[in-house]
Amino acid sequence: MVALANNPRIALFVTCLVDLMRPEIGFATIKLLEHAGCEVVVPPDQTCCGQPAYNSGDRRSAHRLAERVLEQLEGYDYVVIPSGSCAGMIKVHYADLFSDDPGLKHRLVDLGPRIYELSDFLANVMQVENVPGKLSAAVTYHDSCNGLRELGVCAQPRQLLKLIPGVEVREMKDARACCGFGGTFSLKYGAISSAIVDEKIGNIQATSAQAVVLGDLGCILNIEGRLRRLGDDKTQVLHIAQVLAGEV
Amino acid sequence: MQVQSMHFHSRSELKLQDERLQKNLRRLADKFVSARAQAMTEIDFDATRDAAVERRNRAIHNLDVWLELFEKKATERGATVLFAESAAQASEIVVSLAKRHDAKTVIKSKSMVSEEMALNEALQRAGVEPVETDLGEYILQINDNEPPSHIIAPVIHKDKEEIADLFSQVHNKPRLDDIPELAREARQQLRPKFLSADMGVTGGNFVIAETGSVALVTNEGNEGMCTIMPKVHVVVTGIEKVLPTLEDFATMARLLTRSATGQSISNYVSLLTGVRAKGEPDGPDHLYFVLVDGGRSGLLGSEFEEMLRCIRCGACMNHCPVYQKIGGHAYGWVYPGPMGAVLTPSYAGLENSLDLPQAATLCGECHVVCPVKIPLPDLLRKLRERQFDRHLRPWRERWALWAWGFVAMRPHLYRLIFGLTNRALRIMARGRGYIAFLPLGSGWSRFRDLPVPRGKNFADRYALWKSSRPETRS
Repeated sequence: MVALANNPRIALFVTCLVDLMRPEIGFATIKLLEHAGCEVVVPPDQTCCGQPAYNSGDRRSAHRLAERVLEQLEGYDYVVIPSGSCAGMIKVHYADLFSDDPGLKHRLVDLGPRIYELSDFLANVMQVENVPGKLSAAVTYHDSCNGLRELGVCAQPRQLLKLIPGVEVREMKDARACCGFGGTFSLKYGAISSAIVDEKIGNIQATSAQAVVLGDLGCILNIEGRLRRLGDDKTQVLHIAQVLAGEV
Repeated sequence: MQVQSMHFHSRSELKLQDERLQKNLRRLADKFVSARAQAMTEIDFDATRDAAVERRNRAIHNLDVWLELFEKKATERGATVLFAESAAQASEIVVSLAKRHDAKTVIKSKSMVSEEMALNEALQRAGVEPVETDLGEYILQINDNEPPSHIIAPVIHKDKEEIADLFSQVHNKPRLDDIPELAREARQQLRPKFLSADMGVTGGNFVIAETGSVALVTNEGNEGMCTIMPKVHVVVTGIEKVLPTLEDFATMARLLTRSATGQSISNYVSLLTGVRAKGEPDGPDHLYFVLVDGGRSGLLGSEFEEMLRCIRCGACMNHCPVYQKIGGHAYGWVYPGPMGAVLTPSYAGLENSLDLPQAATLCGECHVVCPVKIPLPDLLRKLRERQFDRHLRPWRERWALWAWGFVAMRPHLYRLIFGLTNRALRIMARGRGYIAFLPLGSGWSRFRDLPVPRGKNFADRYALWKSSRPETRS
């Protein structure tokens, strides 16, 4: 594994939300990984990691999708995912889904440790010291829940942002507090969800940063959607990959 | 207590519109969250909570053994231990004890189990006057028996002004402005009750098997009055609150007050053992323990067993983004917040509380702060699985999940649908980059725009992009 670290072969799991809503994040991720010296492969026929079904109590559908994803992602040095939520699903929760299937469990034990959220991978595995991004702006970073609490993604994105000379990271109050997205929660309990995101937006705006940077598309859609509804057209909502790759 | 959790949706929306409540709830985050964080720096949180998990598990895995030992030890010291299968039965027992000792007035210190039992109503029906002596609970009682909205700060939903108004109205006295003065006025009201009550009812943070003691962790001193002044002391608590040893309690005490209020230790920690013995200056002549099952034994050995570790500190609700916005009343039963969203379906019926497991973002902060590491998000998810399996979710949701699963298993169909959706979203945005109304997603678009994609979806573009790269052509 150590010998591979210089030029590892990566499977990029794009995630369904990036595929549909923000394809540019996928391309920014490829650019970053290649810049760091990785060979990037996008395994074909990707769909969904199964998280919506898993969190909605539909364990059987989640299991079917998980088995499919496992198969697609095996055979690479690492799997990199531009989402803490989907990475957490595969790395942490597949173990629960496969708990009564020793064969699948065994395969996951092999794959699991090689699955990384993007910023975690760049900072801790590739240990990048420069990134292609150029930006002159004050930004604030929002810690998305699953990346932070399931995978320990917290210092990594901030450390990477500091590699861009013009970027100033201004910490907001309660950066680790949930933005209120919660998947289907945001549809089922829209009023509560939007009250929670209003709290987040207040904290973002209080920093006077030009952009809030984060690592999960669910939170991006929630925060950006609410900002625009409230009439804030200025505060940009950017994925960490876009900023680091200079694709803003 | 009667379950009102079926009204969660409408109640939560009302709570969101209550500006005063919103202001009061903000104190939670400002006060308890930061105080807890500060207090935890005094100890090795991870190591202490690992020890706490082990000790609580030890108690729960052999619950019958420890309860029997507790019963033996408590009985040796002159107490009577009674077991109640249901909360209603526990209530009947306490009423019959009041009758046996001819009690006219019962003074109570804070107990959430007594809320499960609806004890005050039962006592009143039997002609016994219950008097809440915890300041928060007293405020709620004189406000027409309002239920608590938080398990340790029952009146967190009210501000000083509301309480000042209430006091002047109920006590029929000039309105006071100062919190210490308000507290003094409540004390004046309660003093005669303390002096004349025939029976005291308290909760029990823990009962200790090796000594037969009850541990009470409080801040106001009223508990001392409830346990020492009357001749009869009745402890009501859940069967899961047993700890094998005093040493176990020492570990729990390190975590309980720090998790709850951010205090290194509470103002009062009492360990009470037995009735007053010959030559002892104080203590009750009669001591009863009413240990309530009320659904708890049903969790033993189930996938929800870990919930029994709960020590009722309230940290999960203090840190919950949903609780912080709607408060405790919307949850509709005794226990609010994440722990309540697991306990209410477990003790009061899943079909009566369909919203509770769903109304969570699964952000995981409750698990992070829980002093006994209860995986609350996992338990909520398991409840969702039960709802799904028992067909307790709306057919539209089931259909959507089925359709999503069907499409996601078929990459070609998936790509076709994603391509069409992508194009439809861009058309609906009419070049503005945002959609303000979603026909099938009003829960989203009532409050938020939907940012739309700026071009074709990734899968379609990637194929093109890859074939245009010089190095991949070779």
